[in-house]
Amino acid sequence: MDLIYEKSRPGRRASTLPRYDLPAAEVPAELRRAEPPRLPELAEPEIVRHFTELSTRNFGIDTGFYPLGSCTMKHNPRVNERLVMLPGFKDLHPCQEEDGAQGALELMWRLQEILQEVAGLHACSLQPAAGSQGELTGLMLMRAYFEDIGEGEQRDTIITVDTAHGTNPASVTMSGYKLEKVATDARGNLDVDDLRAKVNERTAGLMLTNPSTLGLFDEHIEEVAAIFHDAGSLLYYDGANLNAVCGISRPGDMGFDIVHINLHKTFSQPHGGGGPGGGPIVVREKLEPFLPVPAVVRDGDEFRLDHDRPKSIGKVRGFTGPFGVFVRSYAYIRAYGPALREMSEVAVLNANYLLARLRDAYDLPYDRLCMHEFVLSARRLKREHGVSALDVAKRLMDYGYHPPTIYFPLVVPEALMIEPTETEPKERLDGFVDAMLAIAREAAESPELLHEAPTTRPVRRLDEVKAAKRAVVKYGFEEHPDLSGEAGEARQLEAQKGA
Amino acid sequence: MGQLSLTDADREEMLAAIGVASVDELFRDIPAGVRFRGELDLEPALSEPELVRHLEELAARNVDTTRELSFLGAGIYDHYVPAVVDAVLQRGEFLTAYTPYQPEMSQGVLQAIFEYQTAICELTGMDVSNASGYDGTTVAADACFVAKHATGRSKIVLAETLAPQVRQVVKTYAVGFGLEVVEVPHSGGTTDPDRLAAAASDAAAVIFQQPNVFGILEDAPALAAAANGAGAMAIAHVDPISLGVLEAPGNYGCAMAIGEGQSAGNYQSYAGPHYGFLAAKAEYTRRLPGRIIGETTDLNGERGYVLTLQTREQHIRREKATSNITTNQTLLALAGLVHLSWLGPQGLREVGETCMSLGAYARERLGLAPAFPGTATFKEFAVRIRRPARDVIRDARAHGVHPGYAIGRDYEGMDDVLLIAVTEKRTPADVDQLAQVLAEVRA
Repeated sequence: MDLIYEKSRPGRRASTLPRYDLPAAEVPAELRRAEPPRLPELAEPEIVRHFTELSTRNFGIDTGFYPLGSCTMKHNPRVNERLVMLPGFKDLHPCQEEDGAQGALELMWRLQEILQEVAGLHACSLQPAAGSQGELTGLMLMRAYFEDIGEGEQRDTIITVDTAHGTNPASVTMSGYKLEKVATDARGNLDVDDLRAKVNERTAGLMLTNPSTLGLFDEHIEEVAAIFHDAGSLLYYDGANLNAVCGISRPGDMGFDIVHINLHKTFSQPHGGGGPGGGPIVVREKLEPFLPVPAVVRDGDEFRLDHDRPKSIGKVRGFTGPFGVFVRSYAYIRAYGPALREMSEVAVLNANYLLARLRDAYDLPYDRLCMHEFVLSARRLKREHGVSALDVAKRLMDYGYHPPTIYFPLVVPEALMIEPTETEPKERLDGFVDAMLAIAREAAESPELLHEAPTTRPVRRLDEVKAAKRAVVKYGFEEHPDLSGEAGEARQLEAQKGA
Repeated sequence: MGQLSLTDADREEMLAAIGVASVDELFRDIPAGVRFRGELDLEPALSEPELVRHLEELAARNVDTTRELSFLGAGIYDHYVPAVVDAVLQRGEFLTAYTPYQPEMSQGVLQAIFEYQTAICELTGMDVSNASGYDGTTVAADACFVAKHATGRSKIVLAETLAPQVRQVVKTYAVGFGLEVVEVPHSGGTTDPDRLAAAASDAAAVIFQQPNVFGILEDAPALAAAANGAGAMAIAHVDPISLGVLEAPGNYGCAMAIGEGQSAGNYQSYAGPHYGFLAAKAEYTRRLPGRIIGETTDLNGERGYVLTLQTREQHIRREKATSNITTNQTLLALAGLVHLSWLGPQGLREVGETCMSLGAYARERLGLAPAFPGTATFKEFAVRIRRPARDVIRDARAHGVHPGYAIGRDYEGMDDVLLIAVTEKRTPADVDQLAQVLAEVRA
């Protein structure tokens, strides 16, 4: 379909704006805009149609089943969208005096208390804007803590696991730490022997997702925590998979010192096509002095922002964090109450049901009960029929499903990482199973159906190599290149990972 | 619980298929020592009507800009958000999708963000924009990371007239990035190009803000020239709503343009979620952090869009990535695109002109001494009120007017300075009311 710029006609506009009978203000000549930006020129009807048509070319949870592993694509309660639009929330200025923002501050304080309870830890900062920023903030806290106790120079290494999200090693680099990697053992747990050999007085900490990206709870977590704590190191919990264990096992009780929580996963901030998210961090008492400023605190019946934290790492984002995300997550949790545990129980039940029904048709690299997600492998289909995980993913689209995460975690060849979440009814799960089983049969009988898929979407497979090579990253107006003249191939990058 | 669908019969059938007797058995791999026994200490569940009432009560304890005549700005502004923005953002296909890893399922959001990138490039005069950063502070840190690797230098120069919290975030990130941060004090409310040039020697980048933290128009071309003369990247932190009347940074020598997107398309929302934008000249394309959408073709030669240049990113490059960013602010960036499309070039210019002429009217009507005489401003300006600003704010609010931001919170010697913002949502009559209230509370 045409770009909005291609629908533009000079002189059209949608906006009506107030004009006041005031003298025009003069912009100094050297600062004045010479050429107007070429923004779209359309009246409102065609703007609405344009974005509505775009939306029909997109697939969300509202459209159908979206088992994108590690992303927790659960239903987003609609009441939260109403709540976030209350004028007291949406029109509140962040510099409003504290006596004019008591409701917002109380909501944030209450959310902090809830997250502390769910994490089993002592203090919380809501400021980080996403999980990856929570990770980075956590590593900054480690650095500040060790500098404070005189071990800042000595402790220069962070350990991550081979199953970790790519954000973990990227955060380590951004925080200025050295990276050490440990392996996963045959049961999908951290390799404790490998770990013992690598943890020493230079280790600042561990970054771990538990349950892991394999969807497996680490059976030696107590031993792992002891190894780090005995070495004077800290443990960081990547909360990407917290949806599996709310009210069932708390990261603080597992021995973790710092936790980030993805509000857009576990606590249902809509994913928005790629964001916004929220990545609050929750920490043990000894790390509290280093949390970002300002802190939201309670003094009797009043709530206020505390900027006086001399040991704080500073700020990682503007103001106090993505407030609208807090409104939705707070409301989401209040609707559950202590039954939050049931959310995780059903997430794990749904995942295990899918696993039980799919394990014979696909390979299961780690034969255990899973938590909220599991990883299958299409390696047998590839070996026997020349059909890849990518082909399976594309064929699922023709059956009306969003594909799982593929080719991640990296330790599983031809990985299909499936996370149904708790909000799917059994009929949806059964429908997905039927599609996956049908695809496995098709792989044997008519593999071309998989190679050519999808055929029912607005576009066929796209040429990602061409996109990267040509790097057409904006509309070029009269100079816009016509790429269609150049033969396309279905070249897609293999590594894809949702989270 | 209205979010869950399984019936008792479903559960029985599913447990049987799995081969376990109970849900509890599914958790048998969790060591007993770390099992949480008992109940989470959370308040009882609320039904939907109770939930709405509870949140309405909390919201009612906030004094928002519909309940108080507000002249607050300082980085977040009460611009008009058109109804089409709300309508588009509530489309479930956008709202409830995630990062478009599977392009055949996601052409809608991919094309929309390609259009957003185009709009940002048009506004800023740049060649490439990412798909959004978290906000106007973190994109500054991102830009420093680009500059460090593009120049091989490790010093960052910040104008003191760059918003305090942007500088704070840069400093927080600088520790891990291995960057030294130097600040150039302002001279009479603006940045002196010569002082900036002196500080910029051996620097990777210089970041300045236009209009600056006091609302004043800097001599931005001279600041960019000062940076370029020292071999440092010139980075302008700009307000998108100003770029219908103010020149684009790409047209006066900047290598990158960054900023807080809120004024284009996002509600104030107590500071978020909003979006930060980050755009650059073409030579920096492969160094940029974050998602970038590119055009390509499908098997049939039809046009389509994909996440591209992914070899910069964490899910491919892991510890060698240009950033750890994953979840960004797509929906808020989409709001920005819809707002900018609603405005069009003409509307954008009109908003800027209205803000400027209202601002000029307010400066004259209030008759207060400017904090920095002889300077031109855009939509915000600083005045001396000869009383502690915090007291004036308290007293004015008792009259239903929030007169602005006490910038003495951030700058020494400015305790009696009020930073006053006007947007196109304020009227000359609103300004008259502000003048009247300020006259009363200053007496």
